[in-house]
Amino acid sequence: MSRYTPATAEDRRRMLEYIGVGSIDDLYSGIPAGVRQKDLPDIPKALSEPEVIRDLRELAGANRNIDDLPCFLGAGIYDHFIPAAVDSIISRGEFTTCYTPYQPEVSQGTLQAIFQYQTMVCELTGMEVSNASMYDGASATAEAAVLAASATKRKKILWGRNVNPQTKEVLRTYCWSRGLEHGEVPAAGGTIDREALDGALSAGDAAALVVQSPSFFGTVEDIKALAEKVHGAGALLIVVTDLLALGTLEAPGALGADIVAGDGQTVGNPASFGGPAFGFIAVNKPLMRKMPGRICGQTVDSRGRRAFVLTLQAREQHIRREKATSNICSNQNLCIVAASVYLSLLGPQGLAEVGGQIMAKTEYALGRLEKSGKFRRAFPGVPCFREAVLLSERPVKELNRRLLDAGIIGGYSLEPLYPELENGWLLAVTENRTKQEIDRLVAVAGGDA
Amino acid sequence: MAKIPQDLRYTKDHEWIRMEDGVGVVGITDYAQHAMGDVVYVEFPEKGRKVRAGEDFAVVESVKGANDVFSPVSGTVLEVNDTLEESPELLNQDAYANWLVRLEVADPGELDSLLDHAAYAALLEELEAENG
Repeated sequence: MSRYTPATAEDRRRMLEYIGVGSIDDLYSGIPAGVRQKDLPDIPKALSEPEVIRDLRELAGANRNIDDLPCFLGAGIYDHFIPAAVDSIISRGEFTTCYTPYQPEVSQGTLQAIFQYQTMVCELTGMEVSNASMYDGASATAEAAVLAASATKRKKILWGRNVNPQTKEVLRTYCWSRGLEHGEVPAAGGTIDREALDGALSAGDAAALVVQSPSFFGTVEDIKALAEKVHGAGALLIVVTDLLALGTLEAPGALGADIVAGDGQTVGNPASFGGPAFGFIAVNKPLMRKMPGRICGQTVDSRGRRAFVLTLQAREQHIRREKATSNICSNQNLCIVAASVYLSLLGPQGLAEVGGQIMAKTEYALGRLEKSGKFRRAFPGVPCFREAVLLSERPVKELNRRLLDAGIIGGYSLEPLYPELENGWLLAVTENRTKQEIDRLVAVAGGDA
Repeated sequence: MAKIPQDLRYTKDHEWIRMEDGVGVVGITDYAQHAMGDVVYVEFPEKGRKVRAGEDFAVVESVKGANDVFSPVSGTVLEVNDTLEESPELLNQDAYANWLVRLEVADPGELDSLLDHAAYAALLEELEAENG
């Protein structure tokens, strides 16, 4: 019997006999003949394990991936360096076997890791309370929008056009399911258009503005100015950001953010064809009891020793039932342990150094590409982090093909989703890119046909 | 045995109400605070909110769970007891001295349909008999 087949022919015969049915066909006689599949589809015969592995390896070998080719593609997932120690530590059985704990207090080590993660998120975002993490940045942002609607008792969510399009898709889905309206604020200059924002806020019905900084275009928003406008209209400011960038940029909490959310892939989690990573969300105390997800707290046990618990559980759906703000009752534990280990290894100085390298390398790449005469900056003078929009002389599809032929993964083509950015090329430069790689990029992308 | 003051009206959901100069003062009963255990947080309705009799308009959160509080009568929220935001444990100390909400009562006649002291005492006895 194959290990993938749960029941043998003898098992099936005995089961049929037990329930008094002559054959499998008799068992399914209630299903109309018209919808029954008579024969199996034409699938190849079974392979042995070594054959399967050989086949899959060959297929995987056809991938062009970022371990082999220098990558200038970002748009939400980034090629950052991960110290080997991260994998060694999270591969310990105590961590790898731990999903979010269901009998949490016996898993003190897991709770301590969550508590440390929450502490780091709070320090980086400048907020008072973080949860134990969410599934990804998009769902964390959508949960933030739902929270804002619940807290303000308003039913309209605004976001900038420069928010990651995938995040916007998830926001739309959540808005639809919760009966919330939504609106998009233009960002023609690379950052949210202030006059358009004034117009959108003037009705006084917005629950929140979702602003992403660094934005999908890599631009850095003036959070403080936006917070003033948004708060003036009685709405909340949701800042979508990146933990790695917060080693360099000012904490949104210090600039007036009410909710900070985002995707945590950049800190210690591999790009890995898009995931898995995790989402983070942090608030200040006034919103704490409406925050989705699990929260780990520090306390003392009956003998006065430091101990960890899941806390504020009355918010959660297993207690609040249909009145809970959210149905999220899990987290992405292994990914946040990776983030905690990564952030601990780098420390504040290391994180700032990574940011500094990124800024220097991005500026170098942009300057060289501009000088080639084949590109110009879409948003000159607007500060950016890790990513920027260039307008290319030749179509992006052709440009990226040229680069791939030369063994380089090019930038993201913006035009399909942003028709106003004709030949828009979103270029990401992480600390992993070397000067040689950037020079090669410039030689191929900036060279003549 | 839970305390049941004589001068209050009660609901089956363990809220009490007292009329004070034409204003309805609402809280939870001693039985309720005892049943839910240590109170850690009270979520109040916003001032000016109109509520119907039986509508949930506040949440008392304890170490055991979150409990909805239902309005005994229809009316408008005039005031909430801010003291409980800082010191929710006062509800455990004295559930009758620490009211939750002051209501402008739409129809004082609605109070007549609520339980009086004797009826509420009977209800609690029934509950105690059920729970053995």
